[in-house]
Amino acid sequence: MISAASQDRPAPERRHAGAASVAVVDTQRTELLKLDNISKIFGGVKALQSIKFDVMPGEVLCLAGENGCGKSTLIKVISGVYQPEPDAVMLMDGQSIEGLDPAKARELGIQVIWQDLALFPEMTVAENIAFEQNLGPRPRLVNYRQMKVAARRILERLGVSIDLGRSVRSLSIAQRQIVAIARALVADARLVFMDEPTASLSHAETEALLKIVRRLSADGIAVVFVSHRLAEVLDVCTRVTVLRDGQYVGTFPTAGMTQTRLTELMTGRTFDYAVRTTDLSAAPIVLQVADLTRRGEYDAVSFAVRKGEILGVTGRLGAGRTELALSLFGMTRPGAGSISLDGKKLSLGSNRDAIRAGIAYVSEDRLQLGLVQPQSIGDNTVAAVLDDLLDATRLISLKKRDSLITDWIQQLAVKIGKPEDAVSTLSGGNQQRIVLAKWLATNPKLLILDSPTVGVDVGARAGIFAIIHKLAAQGMAILLISDEIPEVYFNADRILHMRNGRVVREYVPGATSIDQIERDVHA
Amino acid sequence: MKTSSSQRSAIAFVPADVVGLLGFLAVVVVAMSFASDRFFSADTFVSVAFQLPELGLFTLAMLMPLISGGFNLAVTFTANISGLAMAWVLHAHGGADAGAGVIILGIAAALATGAASGWVMGAIIARTGASPILVSLSMMIFLRGLGEFMTHGGDISGFPPAVLVMGNGLLLGVPVPLWIFAGCAAVWHVVMTRSRLGFATRMIGSNLEATRYSGIATTRAVTRIYMLSGLMCGVAGIVMLASFNSVRVGHGEAFLLISVLACFLGRVDPFGGFGRVVPVVIALVILQVIASGLNLLGANQHLATALWGVFLLAVMLLRWAWANGFFQSLVRRRVTASGGVTQ
Amino acid sequence: MPDLRKLGIGSIEALLILVIAVMVIGLSLTTSTFLTLPNLFDLLNQSSVNIIFAVGLLVVLIAGGIDISFAVGASVVQYLTALTVMRLGGGNWALGFLASAAFGFLMGAINATFIYRFRIVSIVVTIATFNVFFGGLMFLTGGVSIYDLPDWWMNRVSLITLKTSSGVADLALPVAVMFATVVATWFLLRRTTTGRQLYAMGDNPEAARRVGINIGAMHYIAFGWLGMMAGIAGLMQAHYVQEVVPNALYGRELDVLAAVVLGGARLGGGRGTILGAILGILLTAITANGLNLLGISPYAFKMIIGAVILIAITLSSGGFAKLVGSRFASQRVKAFS
Repeated sequence: MISAASQDRPAPERRHAGAASVAVVDTQRTELLKLDNISKIFGGVKALQSIKFDVMPGEVLCLAGENGCGKSTLIKVISGVYQPEPDAVMLMDGQSIEGLDPAKARELGIQVIWQDLALFPEMTVAENIAFEQNLGPRPRLVNYRQMKVAARRILERLGVSIDLGRSVRSLSIAQRQIVAIARALVADARLVFMDEPTASLSHAETEALLKIVRRLSADGIAVVFVSHRLAEVLDVCTRVTVLRDGQYVGTFPTAGMTQTRLTELMTGRTFDYAVRTTDLSAAPIVLQVADLTRRGEYDAVSFAVRKGEILGVTGRLGAGRTELALSLFGMTRPGAGSISLDGKKLSLGSNRDAIRAGIAYVSEDRLQLGLVQPQSIGDNTVAAVLDDLLDATRLISLKKRDSLITDWIQQLAVKIGKPEDAVSTLSGGNQQRIVLAKWLATNPKLLILDSPTVGVDVGARAGIFAIIHKLAAQGMAILLISDEIPEVYFNADRILHMRNGRVVREYVPGATSIDQIERDVHA
Repeated sequence: MKTSSSQRSAIAFVPADVVGLLGFLAVVVVAMSFASDRFFSADTFVSVAFQLPELGLFTLAMLMPLISGGFNLAVTFTANISGLAMAWVLHAHGGADAGAGVIILGIAAALATGAASGWVMGAIIARTGASPILVSLSMMIFLRGLGEFMTHGGDISGFPPAVLVMGNGLLLGVPVPLWIFAGCAAVWHVVMTRSRLGFATRMIGSNLEATRYSGIATTRAVTRIYMLSGLMCGVAGIVMLASFNSVRVGHGEAFLLISVLACFLGRVDPFGGFGRVVPVVIALVILQVIASGLNLLGANQHLATALWGVFLLAVMLLRWAWANGFFQSLVRRRVTASGGVTQ
Repeated sequence: MPDLRKLGIGSIEALLILVIAVMVIGLSLTTSTFLTLPNLFDLLNQSSVNIIFAVGLLVVLIAGGIDISFAVGASVVQYLTALTVMRLGGGNWALGFLASAAFGFLMGAINATFIYRFRIVSIVVTIATFNVFFGGLMFLTGGVSIYDLPDWWMNRVSLITLKTSSGVADLALPVAVMFATVVATWFLLRRTTTGRQLYAMGDNPEAARRVGINIGAMHYIAFGWLGMMAGIAGLMQAHYVQEVVPNALYGRELDVLAAVVLGGARLGGGRGTILGAILGILLTAITANGLNLLGISPYAFKMIIGAVILIAITLSSGGFAKLVGSRFASQRVKAFS
């Protein structure tokens, strides 16, 4: 077991253009927004406890924390959707804010761009940007020209050009995001919250977005990136405020911060600084990918995964990892190249072919794609293996079904009430165990995990990885896709770094330092 | 309008709702008996027994599409077209003198027609993602047009006596149509509880995409759901033909609303994902008892129609009230008031 | 080639115009009576009532709902209007329009209340109110028509009368009213902020709520507008046939819905244009007219329309976009530099 403690040195000053052109935070000026002692209680549960928060004008700040740490609640308090508990201190430009509600927040220049963007797809770009003009207490005539003028002005200010007459539906995600930002600006925003803005963007689009953010910042508009993605946080912001379990951990400069340290702050746990040292030289190859290409998604990808190996795949957002995974799972068809499992070339017409061949995929989106939330725990568990539960009459044998469910719940130590309960009643960690149970029941040879610990609280992550390591020890080949370098570094046998759809380098944890990998990935 | 779906927990469908419905049934029967002294008689039971199957078959046809999160507005006209198919076969081979073989052929034709039109709807819904309301509405218009075109709006009659027995005869003291319905209900129950298609129907009703990711062939499942719905419409068409010894396009139109009502009264979730055969069957009995009772009371046909509409609204209102905790709070208030449990 | 989009003609409208043009040419060649002024004026007269219904229904579809009770609701309004004007000693057009619009709005408001306040899906509510309105009307009136309407209502009002070689061509009042309602609805949808909010609500209800649109008010405006249009349509229909028959409009809702859907509106909301709705109605009217002139059984009409809509839906649904509901799959970004 190699201890990586010596490798956890603060990263050298990273030269990212972002920090260089952002105005140096002048502590003599008043904060744009200053919050203190913000608490929020929902039915006895403390969602927020005495939170401190401040943003300087023109600053690019990150609000970081795990899912469920209270980020969303805090934003809703700031944007007037929720009222904080009494004795809260809220100052804007040094003046106390009274009676904050959504309308007042908008007046003060506080705008929130949620992850779903909340745009109107059938309407044009101009109308979406200038939609505020269509609101108001009394019905009025629409002034399309005025809307177009306002929209064009804002887009110019952002340095982008999008055809104002196009429907938002026809735009790419990146373009839609720009429309959302433009909409926030038209309302004379002074403080813009952006919730996980780079989640679905390619590298180039992320750069374009960050360019816009810097322009905003240069104009004196403060931008708060809300995120749990380490890469984003460290690259984009000058300071990061960390929340954990509804509590304020602290505000730190990002210069000198490492992903590992940030993770520790967000999770409250220090890493078990041990890398894997399994000897896989004798292990046969389970998955062989050769020159796999799909236009616009990934290009000439080749790699192999051995029996019992955990192969990590990391990279910046938009690197093509999930796209690759979906092709391995049969959801999309590659244009060229081959996928072989146990030496046999696969032709995957659908995900059912993949499952039959022995490939399983744990999606990043557990809530929408991983589980059918309103249905029972039991039904979710057996969803992929119904064909194995038939009795002589070709109907589902309730006995087989029930015993399968009990077996897996026991094996994976899932904490549930009754199998008939809706799966939505489980915690994130237990839900993920059910997802694993579902896929393990198919007896896969290759298990693809896409960001498996998103939305799983701190305490439960170690348990999930313990299961994963045990599976590898039992001979399963595992592909571990994750944004978080510490997650792959300390859990994978090898790491592939993907960028712009290509595999650019392969690392062996232990042979290369985690810092080096972080530097390479974020270069 | 798109309204937010209330979070439902897949509580083990304990007989609590079945008990509740049975209780409601008892109340209805008692109320009807008070309203008319002719109600509680053998005649009434016989009439209920004969009339229930038609409504029941349409309700079964509506059930799976509803649970899958869709809708089938074409049920009644699919039944009519299926009946026409059977009538055509019978008439082409002897009419009132047709033999048993021809009758069987006719039944097969009806079932095939119903299944085929259901299949078309299902395929369109599954492959294009178009709204089931719109697709079934268009199919309804088409089938109605097709039927009226073929019959010029008139009745087709003149079928063999054996067919009449199917619709009006008794087997072991129980009307034949009721046997048919009971058989179909039993099959549907097995499909919903024990078959892969039934499983898929519920999952699809809650989240189509996640179900697809789990490896269930959702396109095939949706197509089959509507095909089965059409098949059941075929059965309904046969039973209607047999009961009335005639086929008329438009017959059974009233059943559309009542079958939807029976499903919602029978605890099918309007947003999809949940529903069982047993409570729906009890709801059917309740509705048929009310219908027969209204009939007995000499209630005007149109008044009955209006009352069904009111009843559907009332059931949905009660669901809303329940979901918003009205009844729970009433109970709590009463318990607290009586000096019992503190909140 | 002018930018059709700027003229408000999308691809669906263009296709419909093409189809109508083809049908018109075909019918003028195969029949001697189609392309005559009397026939065309007649066509317009008869379509007017449906177009008034259609622009009302369009508003509801755009707002994201559906309503199949408006036609029988219109019959109820006809009756109520007739009773009102007769009770008030005869009345006049002003009173007639006022009463129809008011009663119509009321019918729509009833639907809106059940849909918005009690969170019941619009298809279920309007199936129920359809039965309540129709059953109630037939029961209370005993199915009896009203023949002795006031003179102002009964007397045929001609906008244009021309004597042509093929007969007398007469353009009637409903056409003018139709024109007015079309302009009014166009104005509401395109030129008022309220109309834009209706589109927004149908397009993305959650976003609409967040941006501050009054969802409740929008419901009442949408269903209320349809109710008003239905009421006025009923007023015109009674004027045209010169009597109020309680089951005359029964089934009309499906014809109108079919035509509006052909014109591009969809159940999902946020989509649909006035031009499309009108073209849809005209298409179905010309089809019916053509079948009639060609001596084909009138029963073929529904069959053809139903089949056409099924084909139209299948071809225009945007393929798998609707099937894919999740954020991820539908937002997969392709480009990388």
